[in-house]
Amino acid sequence: MYLYFLRRLLGAVPVLIVVAGIIFALMQLAPGDAVTMLISDEASEADKARIREAWGLDQPPFIQFLNFLGNALTGDFGTSFRYKMPVMDIVLERLPATVELSLAATFIAVLVGIPLGVLAASRPGSFWDGVASAFSFAGISMPNFWLGILLILLFAGHMNILPSGGREPWGMGLDRITGFLIIDSILQGRWDALLATLKHLALPAIVLGTNMMGIITQMTRAAVQDAMHEDFVMTARAKGLSERRVLWRHAFRNAMVGVVTIIGLEFGTLLSGAMIVETVFAWPGIGSLLISGISARDFPLIIGLVLVYTGIFILMNLLIDLFYTLIDPRIRMN
Amino acid sequence: MPASSPPLLTVENLNVCFGNTATPAVQGVSFTLHQGEILALVGESGSGKSVTVKSVMRLIDHQGGRITGGRMLLHEAKGPPLDLAQLPLNRMRALRGARMAMIFQDPMTSLNPVLTIGAQLTEAIRQHQPDASISARDIAIDMLEQVRLTDPKGRMTQYPHELSGGMRQRVMIAMALICRPRILIADEPTTALDVTVQAEILALIRSLQQQTGMAVLFITHDMGVVAEIADRVAVMLKGQIVEQGTAGQVFDTPGHDYTRKLLDAAPKFRDSGAVTPPRPPSEMAPVLSVRHLSTQFPVRSAVLRRHVANLHAVEDVSFDLHPRETVAIIGESGCGKSTLAKTLLRLVPAQQGRAFLNGKDLLTLSGEELRQARKDIQMVFQDPYAALDPRMSVRQILSEPLRIRGLGKTEAASDRAMAAVVDKVGLPDETLDRYPHQFSGGQRQRICIARALILSPKVLIADEPVSALDVAIQAQILDLLAGLKRTEDMALLFISHDMAVVERVADRILVLYRGTVVEQGPAHAVLSAPAHPYTRRLLEAVPVSHPRQRFERQTAPTVTTAPVYGRDETPPLSLWKDLGNGHRLRLDEETD
Repeated sequence: MYLYFLRRLLGAVPVLIVVAGIIFALMQLAPGDAVTMLISDEASEADKARIREAWGLDQPPFIQFLNFLGNALTGDFGTSFRYKMPVMDIVLERLPATVELSLAATFIAVLVGIPLGVLAASRPGSFWDGVASAFSFAGISMPNFWLGILLILLFAGHMNILPSGGREPWGMGLDRITGFLIIDSILQGRWDALLATLKHLALPAIVLGTNMMGIITQMTRAAVQDAMHEDFVMTARAKGLSERRVLWRHAFRNAMVGVVTIIGLEFGTLLSGAMIVETVFAWPGIGSLLISGISARDFPLIIGLVLVYTGIFILMNLLIDLFYTLIDPRIRMN
Repeated sequence: MPASSPPLLTVENLNVCFGNTATPAVQGVSFTLHQGEILALVGESGSGKSVTVKSVMRLIDHQGGRITGGRMLLHEAKGPPLDLAQLPLNRMRALRGARMAMIFQDPMTSLNPVLTIGAQLTEAIRQHQPDASISARDIAIDMLEQVRLTDPKGRMTQYPHELSGGMRQRVMIAMALICRPRILIADEPTTALDVTVQAEILALIRSLQQQTGMAVLFITHDMGVVAEIADRVAVMLKGQIVEQGTAGQVFDTPGHDYTRKLLDAAPKFRDSGAVTPPRPPSEMAPVLSVRHLSTQFPVRSAVLRRHVANLHAVEDVSFDLHPRETVAIIGESGCGKSTLAKTLLRLVPAQQGRAFLNGKDLLTLSGEELRQARKDIQMVFQDPYAALDPRMSVRQILSEPLRIRGLGKTEAASDRAMAAVVDKVGLPDETLDRYPHQFSGGQRQRICIARALILSPKVLIADEPVSALDVAIQAQILDLLAGLKRTEDMALLFISHDMAVVERVADRILVLYRGTVVEQGPAHAVLSAPAHPYTRRLLEAVPVSHPRQRFERQTAPTVTTAPVYGRDETPPLSLWKDLGNGHRLRLDEETD
């Protein structure tokens, strides 16, 4: 099991190198000169050349890439053009905010989507089936920036019960231990901070999770309905089990594999959705950092962030694969 | 016994409809099931027998069926009988599994793949006897012992995919009987099983029925199974019962035409008249000569995928096949029959041995030579539904082999060849421009045979060519193959698990057991005087054709899996005992 985990993690290294290569190549094709980010346009050509040399930008692109890879092996992902700080320091500081938001969104999507899907599957054609399908199609088709603005207007504007943006109120004074505000406030017994954190988290997490929730609902409905036609469901009924037990213990557990796969794949979509949601809600995560990094042509920051995103996606799918083996004994880790 | 015992279940005038259609799937069905009897409900697929028993369990409600008339009285020890047709579903649930239990056709899909055997066994007890004095686990282990499963404690934590088909059906039976129901409904419980496993399961059901005195409602389409197990028989046709009586009556004096048709269609094994008369050993040189053929599959360790041992799927097989001869290879699933066929076609690599086809060793050929040799050895597969590409017309299906071999250079030549081969397999001329779905199963198998014949092979391998077909169609296809063997001058390697079929077609028989030939010889000698214990077990397992021929059978399972040897271990050499006339017996631990 640990060997398997290790092998899969090592298998991720070539993926990361290829991703870095593609991003590097794309940025070479992008118009504009990186030097303009580092020094004012009015600077003399000599000064510009000096800056180029100092940042290694005078080297051919391929050598630049090899240099980057060599440094990355030692944990040095370069220095941000804009913040003049090591890229990983900036990223790691803001990473917990995005992870907290993404996990909260997934949690909401799973918590609503799965029961709604099972409910719809157990009563096909019923009122609840209609509700579930209307709800999920709305969730899939609404753009999240639009839903975000709508909810801000309603809950922050009209009703004024939830904050419109940010991760915490000014001067909450919570010490950073893990960077995850929920965990930090629990660790310090700061229940007021926990409540404030959850209030800030609520709207962005709902907005971000809506799309995934719709897809999970649809997927769960289809998978559970298929499972309800399996022979072993007939066996379970022939034993005299109640419909609830037949549904949850027999049909649902078998349907889980497909649902979990979708959760893993959709997590990628969710991460890209997070960039927009973070911008709408002024959420200090890596999504909004990437957006501003792109507009500022901060190449080292962009590469670092894309690699972090890739890593998160790979890790999430590795966890999903491990989860399979818990759900279905027929799937072994080879 | 039956008539004098009290009735447990009386079904009167049952009508069942599906959806909004007015035509009932089951119409005016009446029968009575008495304590301690086995009532067989016989009929072909679509006759409504499965719908009838699912109505008794009220499982039909979940499949869109409606009971539109009649009564189903479940007689209770105390109090008035319950009408199952009227009972609300929540009261029905209390009866399901407790008073009446059911086992299903396919034990592969009828067990939940993600729950352990133990969890699936105990949930019924927890449902019906929540305050039992002994633990559910102990009851479950005891039940697994009663269905004669080895290592019952260990089985509790295993998952269904870790058990063989026969073991799973034993688990299903244990699960059904765990709350001691008075009625067991068995819906084709042996149809998906091998013949020896079928015999074991039938014997097990019979012996458990005698121990507990329960009543069994047994559904089947196979008159052989009826002859094996039933006390009374009810024959169903198009949703109605057309004949009812004791098993003896129905077999001796069938009253309805349809019953007679069923009885005639049933394969008659052990009919001395059917045995192919012994033929003098062929003087021609063999067309295919196989020597010491072994096919192994690597067994790998769990994590590092190291090659730790070998599964010997086919081990040291030797035989000759002469022109115009049929050699049958018999054995159960997993015995290596199909692997042997695939090895000869070079679809699976062989580890050892030689196979001479026209003097060339098939197993060492490569490139153009192999392509040429393949022309002479063709195969017909088991399932004619899966073996034809639904998007290709018969013309495309038949011309493909010609094109691949570079034959039929002109269109006219290949058209002539196709028309000829279609005629040979007894299909009409217009066949060529139709698609597979426009043909019945038997016609499809004819197309498969035509595809194999178009290259005029010397050897035709037929892997269970009739087991997916109806009994009446089976006979036609077997006759066709026998005729083609003569007119086309080819040899037939016939793979089958069905003794009645083998008896009909085979000149010689090879009995394959756990990858090795354990007995070989002329068909009549092997079938009439089987020498190896495994051959005897296979022959004994064939259902009798009349209830009065019944005999006691063993209920314990037999090992059939291919042996696994370490990487540097060599399996023992085959030693043979000659029984005369080419009949040979392999000497092993079972024959000592």
